Amino acid sequence: MKKALLILLFFLFNLALPVWALDVPPLKGYVNDYAQMISPGTATQLTEELRRFEQSDSTQLVILTLPSLQGETIEDFGIKVAEAWRIGQKTKDNGLIVIVAKEERKIRIEVGRGLEGRMTDLLTGRIIDLVITPRFKRGDFDGGFSAGVSALIDGTRGEFKAEEKKGSKRSTRGPSLLTMIVIGVVGMIFVGAISRIFSAILGAAGFPALLYLGIPGIGVLGLILGAVAGVLIGFLIPFLFSSRGYGGGFGSGGGFFSSGGGGFGGGDSGGGFSGGGGDFGGGGASGDW
Amino acid sequence: MARRLSNIILLILILITAGCGYNTIQTNEEAVKAAWGDVEAAYQRRNDLIPNLVEVVKGYAAHEKETLTAVTEARAKVGSIQMNKNLLEDPAAFSQFQNAQGAMSSALSRLMVVVERYPDLKANQNFQDLQHQLEGTENRINVARVRYNKTVEIFNGSIRTFPNNLTNQFLLGLKLKEPFKAEAGAEKAPKVKF
Repeated sequence: MKKALLILLFFLFNLALPVWALDVPPLKGYVNDYAQMISPGTATQLTEELRRFEQSDSTQLVILTLPSLQGETIEDFGIKVAEAWRIGQKTKDNGLIVIVAKEERKIRIEVGRGLEGRMTDLLTGRIIDLVITPRFKRGDFDGGFSAGVSALIDGTRGEFKAEEKKGSKRSTRGPSLLTMIVIGVVGMIFVGAISRIFSAILGAAGFPALLYLGIPGIGVLGLILGAVAGVLIGFLIPFLFSSRGYGGGFGSGGGFFSSGGGGFGGGDSGGGFSGGGGDFGGGGASGDW
Repeated sequence: MARRLSNIILLILILITAGCGYNTIQTNEEAVKAAWGDVEAAYQRRNDLIPNLVEVVKGYAAHEKETLTAVTEARAKVGSIQMNKNLLEDPAAFSQFQNAQGAMSSALSRLMVVVERYPDLKANQNFQDLQHQLEGTENRINVARVRYNKTVEIFNGSIRTFPNNLTNQFLLGLKLKEPFKAEAGAEKAPKVKF
C-alpha cells in the first residue's frame, strides 16, 4: 500500500514539471536530419565529407534539422545544442553546428570559440545570405546544405590539424584512475613497512582524494567516510603483504599491478559518435528564407 | 592509544573540511572573474562596431539625426563609466553599468526600427555585414551574461552556506557578487516586424 502511494506521488511529481522547453535532440552523427529535409544520397555524401574533414583537420562540423522551434528563438536553441553536444575538440574549441528549423524557415550556424578568428560573424552571415538562402528559397535543400558545408569547410580548412592517433592522445592525458590506485597501494606497502600508523594516515588522506577525483560530486560526508575507509585500508594492506617477505612479494605483486594498469589504460571505448568537448561563445550568424 | 588515534582522525577530518571550503571558494571566485571577462569583451565588441554602423546609416539616412545622435551619446555614456575593481561587488556601480549598457541596447533597437524605412540601406552589403556582426555580438552578450550569472550563483552560494561561510568570514573576507538583473523596460522594447 505504501509503495503504491509512493509510486503515485512519483508520477504526480513528474506530471507537475513544466514541459514547455524544447529539448535538444540526441546527437546521432554528422548529419542529424530530424526534419527530413535532406535526401539519403546527399546525407551519405555529406557524412563522408565531414568525416574526412574531421580526420584531416580535427574540426567537427555537424548538421541539425528540426521540424519546429516551438516558440524558442533559434539563437537560444542554438547555444543549448552547442552546450549539450560539445562539438569540436576540447582544447581547440573548433566546432561548427548548422541548425535549420523547417517550420520557421530559419537557419543558424554556431561557430566554436577556436574558429571565431577565421569564421567571423560577417563571413558566416555571408555564407548564409549568399550561398544557403538563395538555394533554400528555390526549394533546393540538398544543394543548399552541400554548398553551405563546402563553403564552411573551405573557410576553415587548415586552421587546425588533427592529432596523430587516438593512442598517443591517451598517453598525454595524465595517470588514469587505476594507475593511481596501484601507486597508492604500493606506497602503502612501502610505508607500512616503516609504521602501520603512517600507512593509516596515507590511507586517510589518499583514499578521499582518490574518491574525489573519481566522483567529483561526493561532498564532505563522502570524503569523511572515505577517510575512515582509508585508515582501515592503510592498516590492512601492509598486514596482507607482510607475511610473504618484502623482496619477493613486492616484486611479483608490483609487476602484476603495473601490467594490469597498463593494459587497462591502453583500452579505448569505441563506437558511437560524440562531440569532442568543444566550447561555444555564442558566435556565428542567423538567417532565414 | 585509542584517544590519540581518535584525535588524529579528528584533526584529519577538520583539515579536510576546512581545506575543501577554502579552495572551492577561490575556484568559484576565479570562475566569476573569467566569466566577467567574457561579458566585458562582448560589450566592448559591440562598442567597437557602433562608429562604423553610424557612418553607414548616415550615408543613406542623414536626416535621422535624432536617432543617430542618441546612439552616439549612449556609446559615450558607456565609455565614461569607470571600470573600477569593485564593480562586481558594489550594487550601485554595477547597476549603473547595467543601465548604461541597457540604454545602448535601446538606442540601437530604435535605430534598427528607423532603418526599416530605407530599403536601399537594408540592401547595402556593408549594412548587411554590420547587421550580422551586431546580431552576433548581441548573442555573445546574452550568452556571456547567462554564464556569468551562473558563476555568480555558485560563488554566492559557496560563501553563504555552512560551513564555508565560516571559512569566508574568518579567512577570506570575500563579498557577494552582483548578478545581471532583468531589465525594467525589456517588455516594452520595439519589435521589428516585416
